Amino acid sequence: MNGTGRLRIGDALIPVFAALAFLYLLVPIAYTVAFSFNDAGRTNLIWRGFTLDNWADPCGAPQVCAALVNSLKVGSIATVVSTILGTLIALALVRYRFRGRALANLLIFLPMSTPEVVLGAALLAQFLSLRINPGFGTVVIAHIMFCISFVVVTVKARVAGLDPKLEEAAADLYASSWQAFWRVTFPLLVPGILAAALLAFSLSFDDFIITNFNSGNFTTFPKFVYVSATRGIPPQANVIGSAMFAIALLLVVGVQVFTAARRRRR
Amino acid sequence: MSIVTAIGHGPGNGPAVRPLRRARGGAYLLLAPGLAYLGLFFVVPVVALLVTSLYVPVPGGEVGQFQPAFEWGNYVDALSTYWPQLMRSFLYAVIATVAALLIGYPMAYAIAVRARGKPFLQGMLLVLVIAPFFTSFILRTIAWKQILADESFVVAALRALALLPPDGRLTATAIAVVSGLTYNFLPFMTLPIYASLERLDVRMIEAGQDLYASGPTTFRRVTLPLSMPGVVSGTLLTFIPASGDFVNSVLLGNTTTTMIGQVIDSRFFKVSDYPTAAALSVVLMVAILALVTAYVRRSGTEELL
Repeated sequence: MNGTGRLRIGDALIPVFAALAFLYLLVPIAYTVAFSFNDAGRTNLIWRGFTLDNWADPCGAPQVCAALVNSLKVGSIATVVSTILGTLIALALVRYRFRGRALANLLIFLPMSTPEVVLGAALLAQFLSLRINPGFGTVVIAHIMFCISFVVVTVKARVAGLDPKLEEAAADLYASSWQAFWRVTFPLLVPGILAAALLAFSLSFDDFIITNFNSGNFTTFPKFVYVSATRGIPPQANVIGSAMFAIALLLVVGVQVFTAARRRRR
Repeated sequence: MSIVTAIGHGPGNGPAVRPLRRARGGAYLLLAPGLAYLGLFFVVPVVALLVTSLYVPVPGGEVGQFQPAFEWGNYVDALSTYWPQLMRSFLYAVIATVAALLIGYPMAYAIAVRARGKPFLQGMLLVLVIAPFFTSFILRTIAWKQILADESFVVAALRALALLPPDGRLTATAIAVVSGLTYNFLPFMTLPIYASLERLDVRMIEAGQDLYASGPTTFRRVTLPLSMPGVVSGTLLTFIPASGDFVNSVLLGNTTTTMIGQVIDSRFFKVSDYPTAAALSVVLMVAILALVTAYVRRSGTEELL
């Protein structure tokens, strides 16, 4: 009895606390969006008045769109390759017992437990000693490397949750193991694989530290923002940041509405 | 074969039973491309880093020219010079991790337990946790700089509440750096805890209450232990990048808030002192691995991955 009173306080506190946490998470984004409408001139630090000019011409600042395109290119390649490699590893780790399993697990875990500066410095040391010039290729290599482990962990959680009986049922119905995989297992894995791909893309798109080590003169969007921070970030960078945020939100809302509609139809 | 598998996986055997896999080579075939990639672009570079950390300058050579050697003194020099920065990095990372846990746990709980059964709300809240990644974290860190600036409402409010002296500032302070770190790595804390809590059976909480446990007791004895795997991976995914970060200390800090990542970066690029940068990287990596291993052992969740 005694507990219910306190529980009610807790019941009310959790949403309040969570709302404050979301506020903390979103206030800087609100700032970023607000300053995309700033009539800023060259340095976008002080509010000078509302304008739509930046949104009308998001590529108006030199190099900002080139940097964005570079980031999208790197992100797409890194996502596709790391998702394939990581999914294969996840399948092997969950569905097979084999010698060297612990070693494989360690090799997946280590890149995640190594700070980005170390990963960046290590790769650059290797590229320098092989006399490879840093640029687009080295950035892609680095991004695939740090995305693989995150894909493995995400997909693994999904594979582990699958009921092996489903695949056996397919086998009992005379499906070859190849057919059973593609017709039964793979469709069930798709949401997990998509989640992993989304994670890989967002990690790649937002990476700065490893990119900074291995990019030479090649500029990605985060690197562009960091480099221009010393002399003032053009408001167009805020436009692009806000637009990417909005696109991500709309995409997921779209998927949600779509799945909700499909569920209702069933 | 179908009969064999049917017997092998009868209902009594439980979910722990895995399907029989005769072709063991299949596992290696699936693993080979990914692990070869990690070997080539993770293991080999780390070894290259170790080797570089023992190099010595070429006698009479230019800046940035080094030759292979076994100069372990590089470690002694690097550590004795940059010990304060190393300790400061761990201190900031620990504070940021604790703060992120205090903020991220209620968030994850609200999404996973309170919003359960409302897929649209749940999806929206989850997106709000992930979507900040798409607004470059550097842009958001610069937004923090504006939020904490002398003329901002945050500083005005803190001064009005006498939490900050009238001439107190937040710009270029340790507080700014730690709050930036907390902010930037908060999603890495929230998402794993969410994943743990999402699997939590609400009936367990109800059972605790039926047995007259108070809200806090139920939380301490039931909810928290069941979400421990998420808490452990969340704290690791926050602590590790936070301790190596330099963007926050560069953009939000001053010369007394320098972190080890900043030192490694500037040794590498500004002065081309590759052996010191490499030695500090190795020290950072080993220290983090030691801390992580001890932490995972103590928290008793070895099955992290």
